[in-house]
Amino acid sequence: MILVVNVCFEKLHYFEFVKPIEDILRNGGLEYSTIHYIQVSEKYLALADRIIICGTSLKDDDFLKKIEEFSWINNIIKPVLGICAGMHVIGLQFEGELENETEIGFYEESFSSFLGLNDSEQVYHLHNNYIDFFHLNEFEVFSKGRIPQAVKHRDKELYGILFHPEVRQKSLILNFCSKNNL
Amino acid sequence: MGISLLVHETKGEEEIELLDLEEAIKRAKAQYGIEGIITGAIESTYQASRIQKICNTLDIECFNPLWQKDQFKLLEDLIQNKFEVVIVAAAAYPLDASWLGKKMDLEFIRQIKPLHEKYRINPAGEGGEFETFVLDCPMFKNGLKILNTRIVSIDNNHRMEVTVG
Repeated sequence: MILVVNVCFEKLHYFEFVKPIEDILRNGGLEYSTIHYIQVSEKYLALADRIIICGTSLKDDDFLKKIEEFSWINNIIKPVLGICAGMHVIGLQFEGELENETEIGFYEESFSSFLGLNDSEQVYHLHNNYIDFFHLNEFEVFSKGRIPQAVKHRDKELYGILFHPEVRQKSLILNFCSKNNL
Repeated sequence: MGISLLVHETKGEEEIELLDLEEAIKRAKAQYGIEGIITGAIESTYQASRIQKICNTLDIECFNPLWQKDQFKLLEDLIQNKFEVVIVAAAAYPLDASWLGKKMDLEFIRQIKPLHEKYRINPAGEGGEFETFVLDCPMFKNGLKILNTRIVSIDNNHRMEVTVG
């Protein structure tokens, strides 16, 4: 089962940031269960095979005020994919710091062998912040620009992407969920 | 619906219309204290990203609850929830004046599906292929009736002006 973690403060944002991920999983024939980050517990984590932490809106920073709710990331040995805000919370668990940079809309980014991304791709951005993973020794960066777009922990299966794959890179979600991870 | 209506005119010129939209949202924020915008963007990143930028500048929330939704499922949901919607403009081949006045119903879905497959006509009209007018929906206190229509065709652009009551 894929555990989908909703980080949205506003209920209406579920339809924009969580439901598209659920639709990709459902269309891919994958079983999933969705909970809000406040509800994450050992019980849910034990049931999950993989975990996806979704993004949220530009204005929503409520999850940052409760960042301790994500401390489970430090100990988890299961694969985790953080999308945008989800990538932020992964970085913050490893003492990364939020930097300001607003990017909205399509941007051309270059990748090297990351969950099926191998080259230049148009990705959809929606963020006011990023984490400079270049300064986090535990992580390897798989994108070529100044702002890290795709990262993976060197020893664990902790993945982070800054862009929103539900718009143009739906297969990335399925690749993360596949056993081989491409 | 009992909700205040703010009308702001635009000439619809590309990019300039965004400044008009920003001005309208600023007025809504000042006059009514709105805290967010809800858009109907489904797949259009052109629409969604521009409204996101305006909301970000004005420090208000932006909601896109239909984002990435399957468009045929959206049409089915509208029909199931008793939305009464008619086509009032057609502007993409092979849509012509005969589509004006058609109701969005199961027959509409049956007819638009092959055009989506062959000509990539967006089934929800998000690319401006057609425009719609809502005559009734669960949020309306009273439905509207079309009293009179006038069809105007210029080249491949067809529109049906309606008088409602």
